[in-house]
Amino acid sequence: MGIQGATGEWEIVIGCEVHAQIVSKAKLFSGAPTDFGAEPNTQVSLVDAAMPGMLPVINGECVRQAVRTGLGLKAEINRVSIFDRKNYFYPDLPAGYQISQWTHPIVGKGEVLLDLPDGKTRTVGITRLHLEQDAGKSLHDQHPNQTYVDLNRAGVALMEIVSEPDLRGSEEVGAYLRKLRSILRYLGTCDGNMEEGSMRCDVNVSVRRPGEPYGTRCEIKNVNSVRFAMQAVEYEARRQVDLLEDGGTIRQETRLFDSAKGETRPMRSKEEAHDYRYFPDPDLLPLRLSEDCVEELRAALPELPDDKKERFITEYSLQPYDAGVLVAEQENAAYYEKVAKGRDPKLAANWVIGELFGALNKKGVPVTASPVSAEDLGGLVDLIADDTISGRIAKDVFAEMVETGKPAAAIVEEKGLRQVTDTGAIEAAIAQVLAGEAEKVADYKGGNR
Amino acid sequence: MSLDKATVAGIASLARIRVGEEELEDLAGELSKILDFVEQLEEVDTENVEAMASVAAMELRRRADEVTEGDQRDKILANAPEATAGFFTVPKVVE
Repeated sequence: MGIQGATGEWEIVIGCEVHAQIVSKAKLFSGAPTDFGAEPNTQVSLVDAAMPGMLPVINGECVRQAVRTGLGLKAEINRVSIFDRKNYFYPDLPAGYQISQWTHPIVGKGEVLLDLPDGKTRTVGITRLHLEQDAGKSLHDQHPNQTYVDLNRAGVALMEIVSEPDLRGSEEVGAYLRKLRSILRYLGTCDGNMEEGSMRCDVNVSVRRPGEPYGTRCEIKNVNSVRFAMQAVEYEARRQVDLLEDGGTIRQETRLFDSAKGETRPMRSKEEAHDYRYFPDPDLLPLRLSEDCVEELRAALPELPDDKKERFITEYSLQPYDAGVLVAEQENAAYYEKVAKGRDPKLAANWVIGELFGALNKKGVPVTASPVSAEDLGGLVDLIADDTISGRIAKDVFAEMVETGKPAAAIVEEKGLRQVTDTGAIEAAIAQVLAGEAEKVADYKGGNR
Repeated sequence: MSLDKATVAGIASLARIRVGEEELEDLAGELSKILDFVEQLEEVDTENVEAMASVAAMELRRRADEVTEGDQRDKILANAPEATAGFFTVPKVVE
């Protein structure tokens, strides 16, 4: 997946840093709540506001969520990890440092399997996952010369998930983010809601001639949807190729994605601001995990998308692509299994993927709010399977089901859509029609076709 | 280890401490002396010795995932130099 320049082929090299907000009731180091959308500064503890003398105490559930996520990414779980202070000044960071993990993260190397459009898969390396605090929120557009600061988000637990520079194009970036989100949602460790900012992505992009060493990379921030991440990669790769082909050089810098204009532009002029002077946080001891704790969490993991996909392929004889589509969301997979139970699994898959997902998309609702229940869609599939109605009529019946929420059998009865399969009855009906049109039949037989 | 004036100026800027040009020379000397003092530790052979995080034989304490605080905006904003409509307000920081 390269990019064609004026002087030949270029390869795009991409790595992602995803910040995923952990699902928990309280924050990482305080007992303040984490709910989205509360009134400003109403979910702030004295620890989050960095009042003098306040000490952080780690939330055990946030630790377990990070371990679960690590296990879901088939990653090494580090039995000892250390919290460091990342120092920088910004009004929404009251302590002047963020508690993060630098040299000893809680999770090490893992992997994510990409499902590509052609049904193939590709493995992308995960470098690490570490725990850290979120910052507060700055609003710059409320006043001509003031910035407004809300600390509700300050101290909320984040997992920073860093990938290897293994991605080779915007399609793969999209596949990676969707798969990662799917795994997080299955695990229940992050809701993956990019619009509300509970999953945010920074994309590192560079280009090179195939086979050559990595080029200089630019980090693109502020990418808050899968589509924007893909757009940002395409714009940035083209920018870098054009610059290099004009004899320029790439400056390593942080850039911002402007979704309105679909372009990236330089963000920080002062590169020295990147000197974070990490050091171990003296307020926190090393985080130790027992073997028992890790194994207990491993044993309680749900069936994850890759395993479910494999099972769908073997148990239901589905094509890899269809299986991938069905398992992307846990609720979709559960719905499908209800429809497929005791029925032709391929026919069920066709109806769920082709008709149901189409109807849900049109209505803009998730499967959990489907106007047609799994039982009712199963009922429709039954009517097709026993020849009560044809596949073509079934589409009309389905449209009616989406409109009215009635079961298929009731609609078929009401509208008299039952298909006649008794050949004797069909022949009698034909004979009756022909008898009523004797003249035309005679014409036809006489050669007037 | 010897620090030059430019490094000291850089450290001061990162720490947001105003240091005048005439102070840099003295500070460079003082900071270098502190670093030299601490550097003596490097003479100790620490091969195969695990790093020690605390002198107390303690494990990291964990809290339960329960909401125990919040809904105290007045307290949180009480010491703020300026606040409007429930927000802290500061001079505009956007570039």
